[in-house]
Amino acid sequence: MYNSGKIITGLIIFVGLVTLPFWYSIGKANIKPDPSLNTPVINQMKVKHCIESKQFMIDNHMELLNEWRNAVVRDNKTIYVSTTGQYFTMSLEDTCFHCHSNEKQFCNQCHSYVNIQPYCWECHVKPAEEIANGH
Amino acid sequence: MDIDKRKFLKVIGITSALWVGSRFTGGLSSVFGIGDTLDKKALADAGFEISKTLPDPKALIGKQWAVAIDLRQFKTPDDYKKCINVCDKIHNIPDIHTKQDVKWIWEEPYDNAFPEQHNNYMEGQLKDKSVILMCNQCEFPPCVRVCPTGATFKRHDGIVMMDYHRCIGCRYCMAGCPYGSRSFNFRDPRPFIKKIDPDYPTRTKGVVEKCDFCAERLDKGLMPACVEASKGAMVFGDIKDPNSDVRRILSNNFSIRRKPELGTQPNVFYII
Ligand code: SF4
Ligand code: SF4
Repeated sequence: MYNSGKIITGLIIFVGLVTLPFWYSIGKANIKPDPSLNTPVINQMKVKHCIESKQFMIDNHMELLNEWRNAVVRDNKTIYVSTTGQYFTMSLEDTCFHCHSNEKQFCNQCHSYVNIQPYCWECHVKPAEEIANGH
Repeated sequence: MDIDKRKFLKVIGITSALWVGSRFTGGLSSVFGIGDTLDKKALADAGFEISKTLPDPKALIGKQWAVAIDLRQFKTPDDYKKCINVCDKIHNIPDIHTKQDVKWIWEEPYDNAFPEQHNNYMEGQLKDKSVILMCNQCEFPPCVRVCPTGATFKRHDGIVMMDYHRCIGCRYCMAGCPYGSRSFNFRDPRPFIKKIDPDYPTRTKGVVEKCDFCAERLDKGLMPACVEASKGAMVFGDIKDPNSDVRRILSNNFSIRRKPELGTQPNVFYII
């Protein structure tokens, strides 16, 4: 083979570069996301239950929020009837953030883990800012 | 490639048959929900029916909302300010002291609001008058026609509404609106908002915004904030309902609209 030395070194460097992320994270603990439910409102709840089941919310909250947006903005519908028959106002500010007032310890836990940066906060007011505003 | 007419027709025939076929199965799959964005199986597993959403029973219902502004009742600067300030406050409207300012409701000299009405020998009181301006919630809104994404649309109750999530900031709507009712966010508006009201979102850099007749308040059964603050100087109601307050005041008073000749059918009326 011509130039085998150069080719093989090149290959080794190439494979090394491609697998760099794996080498980089070797030995580092893989910290699982741990969304915290430790907020004043949730702590006061006797039965800790979101508007739908926990698994449903984990899997589908983004689609649910999309549905909510279209219903509220386009169809003048503001009320959501949950599977258990409870009524909720379809609003991040009035409903979700009421309990989940800890964006850093709740939302960001999983979003950072899977490297998603939702841009909800560019317009919707973060619960943390609410606190800063004295609410 | 060597291809004669016969081969060519065959190829065309087969590809169009395949295309029609794929359209057909596409049609079927949409019936079965394949490729829908919602994870319907997960929804069903969770016992969840789609579209269990309802309007608020208190919501105000109308076919085409309109407002009549009785300019005779706007006398002191404060009469204007109280209507404008309440909107700025509850909708997190930034106060930017340049051409990049954002406005939903504002005042303008009579000449600017009604340039075609101007004459040099006008009654003094009217000549020096300020006029409250806002989006006219046109019945035939050009802004809706030009919006390429459906971000600006007309609701069932006639409100020309915006879904800021969909706005791509092309500003066609601003070019289309003959009344200058729309503002663009050239920059992040948040540093320019005196006190952010946490109950209402702000907007973000790169989207257009305008007055939406307080859709969020109507949906809760409340009157638009400016109408409420005006203490009777602004009258709101369904223009298609002959018994509404707005129809009553319009049938008893002389009123004008901005640029009616354009055929947009503005729904903000001025009693002068
Ligand atoms: S700027 Fe936004 S609302 Fe206006 S036309 Fe473009 S997408 Fe539509
Ligand atoms: S006044 Fe302008 S922004 Fe408002 S509905 Fe009419 S065209 Fe659209």
